[in-house]
Amino acid sequence: MAMQNAFMAFPWAVALILLPLTGAICCFLFPRISRALGLITSFAIVVSVVGLGWQLLEHGSYRHAVGGWGAPLGIELYADGLSLLMLATTALVGFAISVYSTTYFKPALAVRFWPIWMCLLAALNALFLSADIFNLYVTLELLGLSAVALTALTGSKEALSGAMRYLLATLLASLAYLLGVTLLYHSFGSVDITILAQQMQAYHAATSSVTPAVWAALGLMAAGLMLKTAIFPLHFWLPPAHGSAPAPVSALLSALVVKASFYILLRLWFTLFEPLVDGEAINTMMGLLGCAAILWGSVQAMRQTRLKLLIAYSTVAQIGYLFLVFPLTASMGSTAWNGVAYLIISHALAKSAMFLCAGNLLCFGGHDRIADLDRVVQRLPLTAAAFALAGVSIMGLPPSGGFIGKWLLLEAAVTQGRWDIAAVMMLGGLLAAAYIFKVIGHTFIQAPVTHEAQPVSASMQWSALLLAIGAMLLGFLSLPVLSLLNISDITLASGVGS
Amino acid sequence: MNWNAWVPLLVVISSLLPGLIIFGLAEDKVRLRVALNLFGALSKLVLVSWMIWGVYQGYHYETRLPLLPNLELVLRAGPLALLFVSLSTILWLVTTVYAIGYLEDSPHRSRFFGFFSLCVTATVGVALAGNLITFLLFYELLTLATYPLIVHRGTEEARQAGQTYLRYTISGGALLLIGTVWLYSLTGTLEFTPKGFLSNLGEQHYPALITIFALLIAGLGVKAALVPLHGWLPKAMIAPAPVSALLHAVAVVKAGAFGIIRVVYDVFGVEFAAALGVLAPLAWLAAFTIIYGSLRALFQDDLKRRLAYSTISQVSYITLGVAIAGPIATIGGVVHLVHQGLMKITLFFCAGNLAETLGIHKISEMNGVGRRMPWTMAAFTIGAFGMIGAPPIAGFISKWYLGLGALNTGQSWVILVLAGSSLLNAAYFLPILHRAWFMPSPESWPHEHPGEHKGEHRDKHYWGHKETTWALLLPPLVTAAMALAAGLLVTMPFSPLEWAKLISVREFYQP
Repeated sequence: MAMQNAFMAFPWAVALILLPLTGAICCFLFPRISRALGLITSFAIVVSVVGLGWQLLEHGSYRHAVGGWGAPLGIELYADGLSLLMLATTALVGFAISVYSTTYFKPALAVRFWPIWMCLLAALNALFLSADIFNLYVTLELLGLSAVALTALTGSKEALSGAMRYLLATLLASLAYLLGVTLLYHSFGSVDITILAQQMQAYHAATSSVTPAVWAALGLMAAGLMLKTAIFPLHFWLPPAHGSAPAPVSALLSALVVKASFYILLRLWFTLFEPLVDGEAINTMMGLLGCAAILWGSVQAMRQTRLKLLIAYSTVAQIGYLFLVFPLTASMGSTAWNGVAYLIISHALAKSAMFLCAGNLLCFGGHDRIADLDRVVQRLPLTAAAFALAGVSIMGLPPSGGFIGKWLLLEAAVTQGRWDIAAVMMLGGLLAAAYIFKVIGHTFIQAPVTHEAQPVSASMQWSALLLAIGAMLLGFLSLPVLSLLNISDITLASGVGS
Repeated sequence: MNWNAWVPLLVVISSLLPGLIIFGLAEDKVRLRVALNLFGALSKLVLVSWMIWGVYQGYHYETRLPLLPNLELVLRAGPLALLFVSLSTILWLVTTVYAIGYLEDSPHRSRFFGFFSLCVTATVGVALAGNLITFLLFYELLTLATYPLIVHRGTEEARQAGQTYLRYTISGGALLLIGTVWLYSLTGTLEFTPKGFLSNLGEQHYPALITIFALLIAGLGVKAALVPLHGWLPKAMIAPAPVSALLHAVAVVKAGAFGIIRVVYDVFGVEFAAALGVLAPLAWLAAFTIIYGSLRALFQDDLKRRLAYSTISQVSYITLGVAIAGPIATIGGVVHLVHQGLMKITLFFCAGNLAETLGIHKISEMNGVGRRMPWTMAAFTIGAFGMIGAPPIAGFISKWYLGLGALNTGQSWVILVLAGSSLLNAAYFLPILHRAWFMPSPESWPHEHPGEHKGEHRDKHYWGHKETTWALLLPPLVTAAMALAAGLLVTMPFSPLEWAKLISVREFYQP
């Protein structure tokens, strides 16, 4: 009983941030055992998320004042269903990537990889737990910088130029976001999301107008976050960065990092801005961008001849689906909302599995030219299976998490009579099938150019496969996952503190 | 503990689990693989027989698992489901034996049998699905599971056939999905119910319902190979013979036809659909497909391609029977689901035997083959006469009821279609039989299976020095005998016709 009480009272949220930070420092101090340290930390994060989840299930959404100083003076951590799901996804995908990386990186690179990867994990966890917009900025900056560093890890010419573009984009985006933060702070005297929402609504109720400062903040923050999320047409930096980074890095960039900025966008839009401004026009614009991203990303993916670029463009397309939440949530919240949350999770699992597969294929044949994937189905069956299963989820075919997400979104679109959105989603699914089966088709046949095969370690193959199986299993877990998601609704988040 | 709730799930798992294990088996574990395959097939047979017995006793078999908010994964053993499930279970067993013989010593057998089992899992799921979303789930799974079988040979040609197949089926699946979502947004349920669940919707929804019907039928018509959605089928002939047999007789094509039956009877309800005016166009489309497929079949020299076009034509009999919208035509259409399966699988087995034993792929090479492989060709002859509709083989029964049903509802033009199609069937099957039985055989066959490498064991594997291995010969004989029996013993209890009558009565006469 005492054990259980201690378990329930333990500040798991704080552990989620401190663990990877400590891990980063230890990996840096003891490079020889960085691999083991990283692996242990990743596992400890999984345990902590379970602990946090338990607390949330018992008590509902969770607030923790770090060091006993609450808002508006100190730093507060906040977790609800959405943050829990993001944390859980990060923990699971992160653990799989850690397992993969233990054999993927040669020692010279491993020394650099582990500390930065741990920093990135700390940034992600802190981001999902932050309750104020300034902390979000700090975590966003830490996240961006460690992501750029990981992209440049190999130091090859290609990687450096990709990383450079990425660096410029991410710095610009953070700057825009920070400007927005200062504007809001100047106007309302707080950075805590809950307090801000109350102040802004009170001001709005009193004057029934929206100040230019709020408009400017909205514009700047949205622009910055959209640039980081790489929504069309701000996606220009993503394919070179994701395509040239080492495979596990591409996996975590596509699966987790772009989702983090999208998460902030969601939070800020639905708690701070949407109640004030007339969202119709902005929602429509976001929806349009989403549709354009789906079509453009998919068509570009079809045209690629290299596997990693294909997967990267597929990410551009899949991000488009997430933006459909804006026009669809307007009148019927929960279905579209659930759908997008589901898509975020299943895309994270499936896309990381795909990039890990691409890494396996690169190790195996020394190249990632799609046309020369010489009978991989037979020679590297686990990887081929992982790619195919992940592909099923990306295409949105049943049974998979991708299907559940797509079904919910489609249901919302059809119920609201948004046939344009439904049509784009269907078309996007068909295009996704086209580019994924282009790859799968070539894995079955003998290529004109054969090559010497290098062995691929079992841990690399299995971590990819397990992620893909996870994406499949999500197809049968919608009820428990959605009940976790709704531990505390986002629209209620503004009322929680009061 | 109520076991009855788990039996339908067990039927699905009985092929899924062996399939997944087989994926992991090393290539040389032949015995274990064969054992797993047969174990799966036999245990499925036992479970299905148990369910049939139980349904007769009045038990209710239904599995419900949560899938989405307010939507469940439902597997239910109704009469229609049992008809299709027993067909696929029996034919799977036969085809497994055949495939084991056919693929002896060929590479990648673990992969092949793994996907083969998945394919049957999906078909059984399609059969047992108790609502439209469960149907959709297994229908798409079927697409995915058959693709690796079509590209199995790993040639560039196979890859392209696979791409064509996917282009058609995935687009079809998308249409089906959007139709399903739309339907769900209107009704809030997708549960299959006799006489449908739509008739209480207001008249303002009728245009939407007509569009939904078109979407669903287009999505299903791809797999059922309704013209103009049939283009993938002749190309998919690149697959190994057991796959073609399964594709044409049991799995893909049948899943489409079965889906059409489900949509008309259990989603819209046949009377409501007729009132909406959507069945007449469907009947014309089916009639056109019947004639078109037969005409195209006439001009094929490649045996498997001729059979493929014949399938396009024959499967539309099912759709036609449904679209005529009368109790007697329903019997004809539903029973043809089984009859066409038995006959067509026989024909494909025989074609595979000819290719595997003598290297014969073209009809022009079949001169005198009846004397070289008498048993195979005897089975082929039964299948062919059945297709033409000669009594007392199963095909006659289907055509008889279809014709009677058409007259019964006053659509006598259908008789012309049936007669024309039978003539065309005769025109493309009889020349084959004539060549095989009455023309002199050539000096040597295109590519005769050596058999010598088996040395002194040759007599053990080859039947009287003449025909082919047991594993290849028995399946067509068994299915031909079943096609004959289905025609001869129509009035016996448990015969396909009796089931079809039960289904028709349930749809038309019960309150």
